[in-house]
Amino acid sequence: MTDTIAEGAASAPSALSLVPKTAVKQTMKDFKSDQEVRWCPGCGDYAILAAVQGFMPELGLAKENIVFVSGIGCSSRFPYYMNTYGMHSIHGRAPAIATGLAASRRDLSVWVVTGDGDALSIGGNHLIHALRRNVNLKILLFNNRIYGLTKGQYSPTSEVGKITKSTPMGSLDSPFNPLSLALGAEAGFVARTVDSDRKHLTEVLRQAAAHPGTALVEIYQNCNIFNDGAFEALKDKQQAQEAVIRLEHGQPIRFGLDQSKGVIRNQHTGDLEVITVTPENEHQVLVHDAHATSPTTAFALTRLADPDTLHHTPIGVLRNVERPVYDTQMSDQLDNAVELKGKGDLGALLAGGDTWTVVG
Amino acid sequence: MTSQVSSPAEQAEPADQQGGQSPVGGQRTGDGGKEIRRLDRVIIRFAGDSGDGMQLTGDRFTSETASFGNDLSTLPNFPAEIRAPAGTLPGVSSFQLHFADHDILTPGDAPNVLVAMNPAALKANLPDVPRGAEIIVNTDEFTKRPMAKVGYDQSPLEDGSLDGYHVHPVPLTTLTVEALKEFGLSRKEAERSKNMFALGLLSWMYHRPTEGTEKFLRQKFAKKPQIAEANVTAFRAGWNFGETTEDFAVSYEVAPATTAFPTGTYRNISGNLALSYGLIAASRQADLPLFLGSYPITPASDILHELSKHKNFGVRSFQAEDEIAGIGAALGAAFGGSLAVTTTSGPGVALKSETIGLAVSLELPLLVIDIQRGGPSTGLPTKTEQADLLQAMYGRNGEAPVPIVAPKTPADCFDAALEAARIALTYRTPVFLLSDGYLANGSEPWRVPDVDELPDLRVRFATGPNHVLADGTEVFWPYKRDPKTLARPWAVPGTPGLEHRIGGIEKQDGTGNISYDPANHDHMVRIRQAKVDGIAVPDIEVDDPTGDARTLVLGWGSTYGPITAAVRRVRTAGDRIAQAHLRHLNPFPANLGKVLEGYEKVVVPEMNLGQLATLLRARYLVDARSFTQVRGLPFKAEQLATALKEAIDD
Repeated sequence: MTDTIAEGAASAPSALSLVPKTAVKQTMKDFKSDQEVRWCPGCGDYAILAAVQGFMPELGLAKENIVFVSGIGCSSRFPYYMNTYGMHSIHGRAPAIATGLAASRRDLSVWVVTGDGDALSIGGNHLIHALRRNVNLKILLFNNRIYGLTKGQYSPTSEVGKITKSTPMGSLDSPFNPLSLALGAEAGFVARTVDSDRKHLTEVLRQAAAHPGTALVEIYQNCNIFNDGAFEALKDKQQAQEAVIRLEHGQPIRFGLDQSKGVIRNQHTGDLEVITVTPENEHQVLVHDAHATSPTTAFALTRLADPDTLHHTPIGVLRNVERPVYDTQMSDQLDNAVELKGKGDLGALLAGGDTWTVVG
Repeated sequence: MTSQVSSPAEQAEPADQQGGQSPVGGQRTGDGGKEIRRLDRVIIRFAGDSGDGMQLTGDRFTSETASFGNDLSTLPNFPAEIRAPAGTLPGVSSFQLHFADHDILTPGDAPNVLVAMNPAALKANLPDVPRGAEIIVNTDEFTKRPMAKVGYDQSPLEDGSLDGYHVHPVPLTTLTVEALKEFGLSRKEAERSKNMFALGLLSWMYHRPTEGTEKFLRQKFAKKPQIAEANVTAFRAGWNFGETTEDFAVSYEVAPATTAFPTGTYRNISGNLALSYGLIAASRQADLPLFLGSYPITPASDILHELSKHKNFGVRSFQAEDEIAGIGAALGAAFGGSLAVTTTSGPGVALKSETIGLAVSLELPLLVIDIQRGGPSTGLPTKTEQADLLQAMYGRNGEAPVPIVAPKTPADCFDAALEAARIALTYRTPVFLLSDGYLANGSEPWRVPDVDELPDLRVRFATGPNHVLADGTEVFWPYKRDPKTLARPWAVPGTPGLEHRIGGIEKQDGTGNISYDPANHDHMVRIRQAKVDGIAVPDIEVDDPTGDARTLVLGWGSTYGPITAAVRRVRTAGDRIAQAHLRHLNPFPANLGKVLEGYEKVVVPEMNLGQLATLLRARYLVDARSFTQVRGLPFKAEQLATALKEAIDD
């Protein structure tokens, strides 16, 4: 594993090294398109849009080399509001489309905007394969735990027993944990943030943008029409003390009032547990290592939250390791082929094999 | 089957049903004292178990024949199972080759020679073989168990059921093992070379050049020199067996087809290879990198394999997680300025339909290559059919017109790929290319084109504003169309100032912004249709040598060879018939309606239940008569000729 990481690191120094830089200083305004934003008033998507538009100038990239690709759903309207290149595609397919674009154009910064239905239901296959392939894509998964655009059916992240129009007696199926899924699909960069915490959201975007390969950012997003308050436990100041675990690489995993709680590993089961920190057990508190080669601890962190109450929800970058990047390697193969065989000669190719000549 | 022939020889392929091999050009005696007869053409079928290497044997005989300069046409026919149960009827794999000293059009209706490697191969193929034909059987396999497996109670070699055939009983396995006894191979290993023994024997019978096969074997088994030499030895032993044994008293010569071909360099090529080369050529001629997004599916996978070999041409081949991702990635690459292609077969097209609709809406160039196979559903993966025409034409939600082109012979797949690329790039649209299993795996001689003769497919990306607003501001409108082609500008990411958003929601004419306006939608639906309807395609040419035929036979795609062969028979028999063949199925050539009006009767042979006929009837109110077969095999010229004759006489 160490070897492959070293290899990947050697051929992919940074996600953005091939993307041209902007010649002029940009502001948030440069990234606003002339289109009227048409989400419901109060939708969490507004906050995410503002955060992304506000963050983009910081990257210092030529605006024309940035592309937003989306699928279908409320969140997928996002590209229309970004004054970059963009494609609003079809349901679930954005990762596939973005893969072709990113793999053929390494000079672009390609972002995918998707939702819990788009990415995890109809497009689940493309999501997991994009992650394992590690194409240079930044996937923003807006998770509101509901189908908004189709007016309120339960989604693959809705809690069991969810009462919706399509499940009047409660939904039966267990939800996906998107970050567990991503780690199972070999994702190298996995993070979670919340729509209303602009500072945190921006910091996560910053790290995602710099990551070579696929980055998955799950953004908890409030749908105030069909699933209002779904993440209230993480937003209400008082509740958040208990509910939110802010992860920072290299820091002990502590949270709660006066950082009174901590996460330790159970020596017998290997699982993670929350304890009340005392001077005696303080040394047992885990130090967060986003760069750990093994995804085991990151996976355990994704399982920490209670799916119903959302208590003990880690946010931040859970995993950030470098793996060989698909588009870099694809490009290297093309270069190697030219080195080995010379630049393709069409005339020679067509006349290859056994030939014979007919003279008139 | 040379589509390049400028003036097709009006030489009819005589009916194959007589079997046997009748000399046309006299006879002579060879060095070994054996008689040598001259033939103008021969049809050979190699048949054996799936594991017997019949496809390889056929391929090698084809290569020998091609390098000798005969015209040829091939029909590989194999089960979908990789290793069907040994010795059973479903497990039989065959390869038919028709070669001649003149221009031919089909793999032939009925073999003059059948090579049967086991009882199953004999039983499965005998109904196609006319009395009088030669049958070479591997007698070693005609033992109790293998015969019982296919329901032979008695040996057909002894019970008189092969009376009327010219049977050569040859213990192929024993002779091969004997020839290889010096090699110290296990019996099982040695037996594997029996196909090369058979190839050697047939190569002797027809005076095929052997250097190519020996070179091929040494290359193929370069890492196992002992196996290479064993195969070469078996091959030579087969040749020598023919030369010495008295059972083979006669050998045959089929002269090169020198007059059938225009001057040039030739090679033998299959449809999928020609198509792959056509795509690489289109990429070069367009000066755009080629991107293939594909998911493996029979019989299209060979294009994925072939293109993956040519990365030094800048080809990016992407094996996707599914059919949808294959076309999705291709569409993404098209947005980025690649010549984008997805390759598949019918079931894959069904999965790609929604993305093809998106490409129609985005108005980006995209090639959708459908190597049709028997359907519905999984159908007959390794067999041919033409039943995706209506799927290509209409198989999407909403009004989503897509141009369609179809190659007519294996070699023609090269030109069809260039033509599909021309339409896609010029009109910024997805384009269907409908090949099929018969074209994909069949092969024929191909005159290698001069690269300088290939069409110029270069495109202009948008580089700046294309519209001035009322207040004088210069802006870029992604859906402002070229007045002539109605194509929209192709503005690729990375172009400063042209940042724009496209998508599958209906767009406002010009600006490309989201629009739900009724009048705008009506306009956009009609303009997308008008763009496809307005694609410039050449007029259809009618071949009507007497100029007064009252019946027209109209085909499309891979039926070209059988239809043309049937037409020759009809004309040789003294009847008048006109023939035309469609390369463009959407839009139809502008003169098609007029052409159809000119004939009392129009016959449309198709390997479906009349899909083109349906389109013709709807569009031109013509009483097109369907002649259809869906047997997973190409039409036989004789049957078609009968059907045409009936239509003429009706």
